[in-house]
Amino acid sequence: MYFQFANVIVFLLVGMAFVGVVLFIGRLFRPSSYDSVKSTTYECGEEPVGSAWINYNSRFFLIALIFLIFEVEVVFIFPVAVVFRNWIAQKLGMVALVEILVFVLILFVGLIYAWAKGDLDWIKPTPSEARGAKDV
Amino acid sequence: MERLADYIVYNLPFLQQIPRVIVDLIIMLFFATCMLLFWVALFAGITSWVERRVAGRIQSRIGPNRVGPQGFLQWIADGLKCFLKEDFVPAAADKKLFLLAPYIVFAGMFAVFVVVPFGDGLIISNLNIGIFYVLAISSLVVVGILMSGWSSNNKWSLLGGMRSAAQIVSYEIPVSLAILPVILLTGSLGMQDIIRAQGPYPWQWFAFHNPFTFIAFFIFFIGALAEGNRTPFDIPEAESELVAGYNTEYSGMRFVFFFFAEWANLYIIAALTVTLFLGGWNTPAHLYTNLFGLLHRSVDVAGTFVFILKSLFLVFVIIWIRWTLPRLRVDQMMDVCWKYFVPFSFANIVGTIIWMVLADAAPVLGYVRYILFVVGLMVPLAIAMKITRNFRLAKSEIHLNPFI
Repeated sequence: MYFQFANVIVFLLVGMAFVGVVLFIGRLFRPSSYDSVKSTTYECGEEPVGSAWINYNSRFFLIALIFLIFEVEVVFIFPVAVVFRNWIAQKLGMVALVEILVFVLILFVGLIYAWAKGDLDWIKPTPSEARGAKDV
Repeated sequence: MERLADYIVYNLPFLQQIPRVIVDLIIMLFFATCMLLFWVALFAGITSWVERRVAGRIQSRIGPNRVGPQGFLQWIADGLKCFLKEDFVPAAADKKLFLLAPYIVFAGMFAVFVVVPFGDGLIISNLNIGIFYVLAISSLVVVGILMSGWSSNNKWSLLGGMRSAAQIVSYEIPVSLAILPVILLTGSLGMQDIIRAQGPYPWQWFAFHNPFTFIAFFIFFIGALAEGNRTPFDIPEAESELVAGYNTEYSGMRFVFFFFAEWANLYIIAALTVTLFLGGWNTPAHLYTNLFGLLHRSVDVAGTFVFILKSLFLVFVIIWIRWTLPRLRVDQMMDVCWKYFVPFSFANIVGTIIWMVLADAAPVLGYVRYILFVVGLMVPLAIAMKITRNFRLAKSEIHLNPFI
């Protein structure tokens, strides 16, 4: 058993070591010269204005939140999916079916809620737009 | 592979003097290095050439054809060139994260190869959590990409990295949900068990097992394209809007490693699709060999050949898609994921469960796979007819020979 999972660590280490070794050998051959103009941030020839470390669009945060909920759900469905065949073999298929249905439906309602609230739209309508054309 | 290690130690008595852990470690390092140098590196390099040649033919150009016969050595020339280029860190960047990012991306991609099967018994280690492990470890790539995007302190990189993270994270949901019908039908997470649950003939594959797996197959394939940042989902590195996305500030070999990972990822996508939905290494006829006693047991070479052939064909399809379809917009891409794929894949799971319960009671449902196989056959036929029609209607001269 340890052999099987030790392979994972070995592969991760070999992957990292490969990058490291290639970059290290490359250091012996490649040029390295400092230039203050060269080391400015590349913005297609324009002078960069300000830093890029800004407060970023909160849409991405919402997506991450929704992702987290569903990913946890998927992780919980995996074990059930693995044993489901056995349940059918034991004629417990309907019981398992109802259980999974309840679990999936609760989260599906969550998806519908997020959808109805407009959180799945990339460009969320502002309150004035959401009211419709009659207010314009 | 564990039994292969036993076999090697058994046949070479001097190894029994050394502690077994050290022998195992050396064997593991040997196989990992072989996999990296003789499969992943070769595949990624040659695919970069194939992709550019195919792109050239699709766009009525020639493509690289100067270095070596038909430009075949172009990928070595490019690698060597980048190897000799300056490895450059912008002054404004967060240096540590900037330097670390390629390591994470590359290791995250390479670690997936632990469970990529090559044939019956040919797998680095047949983990009992196989496909689940793939989902888990491939998330490392997102961390690396986000790291590179943020640490560059460049607006293009930040936009690209953020978009990439949002995209990969979003498509992870439909992809994992599309895998679930296969898990339900197999009752195991191991890659080899999933393949063994299918049969050698196309109508025994999971893609045609029932209508829900048929849909899951397309959701998985398209979602995997999006996770691999491939066109039509290459928004993170959209050349025409973001310069190069998260790797704008990278140069030389560090830049190469991002693309190395991307091309090697093509094989992972293809091999996973073949494993989960297209029958894996199952073949009607077998051709066993034990490589003159080198292996502890005979392996089926025919299966390996078929598996790699199917995977390479899918890689070609992915390249074909890239040079045929235009890029989606960010909001369209998110809509496709959350408003179509996620609800559909939920329906797939519930549908598969109901199907399994029903099929247990009514075995006649097993014949649906033949109908689905015929339907599935229609897709390539329709494409072929469309292509021949286009050929007929084209007034200009058509060169079918790829080698000019």
